[in-house]
Amino acid sequence: MKRLLCLQLVALGTLFAQHSFTPIDVEDGGRLYRANCSICHGAQGDGIPGIDLGHNKFRRAKSDDDIAAIIRTGIPGTAMPPNNFTDFAALTIVAYLRSMAAATATTTSGGDPARGKAIYEGKGNCANCHRIRGAGARMGPDLSDIGNLRLAGELERSVVDPDAEILPQNRHFRAVTKEGATITGTLLNEDKYSVQLLDSNGRLVSLQRANLRESAFVQKSPMPSYKDKLTQRELSDLVSYLGSLKGVEIQ
Amino acid sequence: MKYLLMALMTATMWGQVSFDRILNANKEPQNWLTYSGTTLSQRHSLLTQVTPANVKNLELQWVFQSQSLEKFEATPLVVDGVLYTVQAPNDVVAMDAATGRIFWVYPYAPSPEARTCCGRVNRGLAILGDTLFMGTIDGHLMALDSKSGHPIWNVTVANTAAGYSLMHAPLVVKDKVIVGTAGGEFGIRGFLAAYDARTGKEAWKFYTIPGPGEPGHETWAGDSWMHGGASVWVTGSYDPQLNLTYWGVGNPGPDWNSDSREGANLYSDSVVALDADTGKLKWYFQFSPHDDFDYDSVQVPVLADMEWKGPDGKEKLRRVMLWANRNGFYYVLDRTTGEFLQGKPFAKVTWTTGLDDSGKPVRVAAANPTREGTLVYPGVQGATNWFSPSYSPHTGLFYIDTWENYSSIFNKLPGDFVEGRRYTGGAPRSPVPSLRGTQVLNRTEEEGYGVVRAFDPKTGVRKWEFKMADVTGSGVLTTASDLLFAGGREGYFWALDARTGAELWRASVGGPVDSGPMTYEVNGRQYVAVSAGNVLFTFALRQAAP
Repeated sequence: MKRLLCLQLVALGTLFAQHSFTPIDVEDGGRLYRANCSICHGAQGDGIPGIDLGHNKFRRAKSDDDIAAIIRTGIPGTAMPPNNFTDFAALTIVAYLRSMAAATATTTSGGDPARGKAIYEGKGNCANCHRIRGAGARMGPDLSDIGNLRLAGELERSVVDPDAEILPQNRHFRAVTKEGATITGTLLNEDKYSVQLLDSNGRLVSLQRANLRESAFVQKSPMPSYKDKLTQRELSDLVSYLGSLKGVEIQ
Repeated sequence: MKYLLMALMTATMWGQVSFDRILNANKEPQNWLTYSGTTLSQRHSLLTQVTPANVKNLELQWVFQSQSLEKFEATPLVVDGVLYTVQAPNDVVAMDAATGRIFWVYPYAPSPEARTCCGRVNRGLAILGDTLFMGTIDGHLMALDSKSGHPIWNVTVANTAAGYSLMHAPLVVKDKVIVGTAGGEFGIRGFLAAYDARTGKEAWKFYTIPGPGEPGHETWAGDSWMHGGASVWVTGSYDPQLNLTYWGVGNPGPDWNSDSREGANLYSDSVVALDADTGKLKWYFQFSPHDDFDYDSVQVPVLADMEWKGPDGKEKLRRVMLWANRNGFYYVLDRTTGEFLQGKPFAKVTWTTGLDDSGKPVRVAAANPTREGTLVYPGVQGATNWFSPSYSPHTGLFYIDTWENYSSIFNKLPGDFVEGRRYTGGAPRSPVPSLRGTQVLNRTEEEGYGVVRAFDPKTGVRKWEFKMADVTGSGVLTTASDLLFAGGREGYFWALDARTGAELWRASVGGPVDSGPMTYEVNGRQYVAVSAGNVLFTFALRQAAP
């Protein structure tokens, strides 16, 4: 996993040879993008004709620094306003835009969310591990608002190749107590003396490191690949359904 | 076999809080499953590890420093070793109850339009199954997954731009979640509403001000009912045998200028008893008809069963409700019928000469607010306020955190209703500030002081008192080992002997205690938790060195 992230960073670095970004920078940038930019530019970055932020297609900017400058100062005479970001915050948005190119590359398109929901609940057995708005299990990440957090390409990749990228907050953790009991689950928090997990039985547990014989992240995702289990059409439908999950609607 | 069965039951019950568990919360005193401990709201724990003999060995275990400068008013819930609380205004936090290490935080950004009269605060959560419920200061009720903090549903209870907000911990009854709206200082029309715990769908709604055609509507002159306040600030109670849920209702508005609202102004300053399934009114009792002093019944209804002398002179078990009101009187009501059984002042009172046989106060006309102002006891914050009292079935005493010898000058001012703006009709002045803005105390006892008072609930006779230098915003907790825990604005948290009032232990917590203490147990160890300033503190007995 770590190696994979390094490879990605190297790839970004060689492509653009400008700034190095950590995965956290990309995540932070994504958050800023969704909160401030997607209103006009769209979630996929292609909301304005002639500009496709997700595929490195800009009108004026050439370098990371050009884009960051435009984010900060805006473009006078156009609808692009100045923004009150620091240099670094603007660069994290650039990092996110650079990462989008890979994330938006999908083999699926035009899926039907309703059919995707049926696959999620039926053939895919997704609710055995995942949870949406209070229904399902807690073994895997809660997907209630996954459509806000991940792009279609990322969702597709997670379904067909769950090991390709595991977000830090979703890493599985395994601990063995001195008595020999094994506890696995999602790591929620840790410190020098203790770890906090949501275990595979859906319990919040806090373990003292002094009572553990071993503990480590599980390198592989516990999620099976659906590469050969779903047809291309089914995959499109499922990705489309996941992309439609935008959190709870206010009633 | 029995043990196996128990083990299996524990496994399936883990973290799943059925309503049966809530009703029988006393059978698992290691947990704290509702705002007041049980649906009877006695804030009394059956835990006995900490005793008057060993309480001197209480020491700090861990603290949670909230990232908020607001008062920390929430009472935590504890479920099977996990502590849930709210960082003001509305961030939900799940922690290891033994160590304070965090499992998750759900951050909530209230609408910028949210407005509150007295702090952007929250008083806690409710739980049912593995779902937590929170009311927000911008008028929403939310359901969250207790294991991850992920929202499950979000309902708009009331319009925040019109001054509505939710402050108190919701109350779960069966499959419903009940909340009431605050905002009485902004000309709202208060109500209580129940929502389906699973879906958030509204099940019933009860307006605390009756609408046209409803009984009680005639107690409001003209259109005054539309903006008459009657908020709900604290969590209600529930009697499973009677299937009634009881709620205290806040002041009528405008608070200090009653010219526009001639009449008794029902159900302001009342307790209402509602059918928990339908929200239909079974009975009400109004403590302060046509209030001019902001004496809202912003108290937790404390339910208890005790021997009570009937008309035939014989003692018989009676289902009663104990109520120390902001207006300075201590009341006992029959909670089946609402019948007034007795009422006595528990602090200095000058706005009335006393209660008549039906419990109605006889008003002193000269006390009513004027343009120039009238000096009245108790002052605007009342003889007590929203912070919880406690009833100990073990000592048989009722405990009230009281403001004594405390007055305000009540003046009345004209003012028109504008949606979302303050609508109070005056601005009382008090020697004691409503909220302390400084850590330094430099006033005299003549300006009022805080005191924990213990009463015989049947007679209203005072058994003992514990005086503080400053006033208090703390609730009271009692335990079955006859300990009483309470704090004050001067930044101390005390353990007292619940039978005598003797001070047994104290901690200097460095900020005002504006919350109700609670207690729980994890791995056989009893903890006592209280928040002060913006920090949650937990204490337990010192352990022998390994």
